[in-house]
Amino acid sequence: MSEKQIRNFMLNFGPQHPSAHGVLRLVLELDGEVVERADPHIGLLHRGTEKLIEHKTYMQAVPYFDRLDYVAPMNQEHAFCLAAEKLLELDVPRRGQIIRVLYSEIGRILNHLLNVTSMALDIGALTPPLWGWEEREKLMIFYERASGARLHANYFRIGGVHQDLTDSLIDDIEAFCDPFLSVCDDIEGLLTDNRIFKQRNVDIGVFNLEDAMSRGFSGVMLRSAGAAWDLRKAQPYDCYAEMEFDVPVGKNGDCYDRYLIRMEEMRQAVKIIRQCCELLRTEKGPVSVTDGRTAVPSRASMKQSMESLIHHFKVHTEGFRVPAGEVYSAVEAPKGEFGVYLVSDGSNKPYRCKIRAPGYAHLQATEFISKGHMLADVAAIIGTLDVVFGEIDR
Amino acid sequence: MLETKKELVSHLKEALGNAVLDTVIAFDELTVVVDKEQLLETLKFLRDDPRNQFTILVDVCGVDYPGRTSRFEVVYHLLSPTQNERIRVKVTTDENTPVESCTEIFPAAGWYEREAYDLYGILFNNHPDLRRILTDYGFSGHPLRKDFPLTGYVEVRYDEELKRVVYEPVKLTQEFRRFDNLSPWEGASGVLPGDEKATQDVDTEGS
Repeated sequence: MSEKQIRNFMLNFGPQHPSAHGVLRLVLELDGEVVERADPHIGLLHRGTEKLIEHKTYMQAVPYFDRLDYVAPMNQEHAFCLAAEKLLELDVPRRGQIIRVLYSEIGRILNHLLNVTSMALDIGALTPPLWGWEEREKLMIFYERASGARLHANYFRIGGVHQDLTDSLIDDIEAFCDPFLSVCDDIEGLLTDNRIFKQRNVDIGVFNLEDAMSRGFSGVMLRSAGAAWDLRKAQPYDCYAEMEFDVPVGKNGDCYDRYLIRMEEMRQAVKIIRQCCELLRTEKGPVSVTDGRTAVPSRASMKQSMESLIHHFKVHTEGFRVPAGEVYSAVEAPKGEFGVYLVSDGSNKPYRCKIRAPGYAHLQATEFISKGHMLADVAAIIGTLDVVFGEIDR
Repeated sequence: MLETKKELVSHLKEALGNAVLDTVIAFDELTVVVDKEQLLETLKFLRDDPRNQFTILVDVCGVDYPGRTSRFEVVYHLLSPTQNERIRVKVTTDENTPVESCTEIFPAAGWYEREAYDLYGILFNNHPDLRRILTDYGFSGHPLRKDFPLTGYVEVRYDEELKRVVYEPVKLTQEFRRFDNLSPWEGASGVLPGDEKATQDVDTEGS
């Protein structure tokens, strides 16, 4: 009997596949059910954010950052504001810093809730997303009460935040913490010791620390391989230095470790939120710089004073000039290191604004991680990479 | 922090010699401009040298300066988790001269270099797979170049009659307006609207 020539099977995974987490077209070459080659085609959501930012003033650029990783919008704004503040050499008032940290941590919970639960959905568990999204809804209402928008907040400003929080909002955020921890316990009760969930995650998508570094991983991906590296601890920005929290680190570098890290990070985020709420009760004062170079006058003074009105108009049309130079500033976004490389030529618009999205480096390693795995594991791996195409395609 | 950066600069100059063209420390960040020919040696040194250990390539991107003879800067951001330091390495190139790809040293560079190629047209030597990445299939041009218009050249829509997606030249219902809101008191670069009439009048009266 002559041997039959067996060809590998090409499979298009996405761009409309629900577990592709957005518009990912993944071209897979399969030998039976085993992945031989994976070629992610990205860019289906490319909007030219970097080009658009070059044509906008610094203040007009902030809303674009909400639309990158739309799962945790304010964390992105934070990176841009920090970069511009570095160029302008602005010091954010303490209350502004605390509010920014508070909302960054709310963003972290928003992100991890979505990631953990939708990844569980990808591998067959329906209940976690239903429970998780209920909590997300509550957090998005906190977004709305601070900024007026549930998702695209545009709340952070260069030099602080747009407006102060009310006392009742701070009370409500604090009241959210305890019940949320029991929801975390409930979700963990469904997943952590679940036999099917473990079968789908333990020893799937394993990589060691050396590979993780050479492939530019950051955030949870890097920590799962055993690196105790967190920018909030290593290169603290705003008032993270005085916050007390732990950084969970994985041992095995598999999907299950990453799930456990994300669950623990949510609990740590709650810890930071509590500290921020406590501080906000005592720390009163401005939430944004009062320096007229970048700050707009208060609405009350605009009604009284012609100069304030002119000033307001000038800041919002002409914007402000940022001294020439180049900076890179990064934040520990929920997905990893989110960086902004900002080049200023001294005018009122950025000359170049490169956005370094963590998901870009992670998705790049799809082939490296999923090679030799079964097709069904690709869904678990993409889920654990935590990709959102807003930030990858830009 | 500043002292360690200065030490790092002298260490680099000592080890790499004339590969280092320029070093700048600004905003508490270190930038090193290196010779394009010796980029790979530099990156390898930064990664392997026990005093540096810049083991993570954070980002590679292009920047376009159309006024310069070699118009592109390729900017590499490296991170050393053990030293808790960052460094920025830059090389310059033009449209036709390729830069050596560093995918051998940092596998992470693969997509970043593809992106720089796609958006700026910067070429990379020995890149395993230098395809476009972010733009559409069959796209032409390099959209992040400063001479590429913000509105682009083609627009896309679904044609009900042809039952397929068609590409057409961009039709703007209103001319693209670029507001120069820079204050005239601080020296606007161009001629202010209306000024040209005044000078014309003076010319005609004078002659």
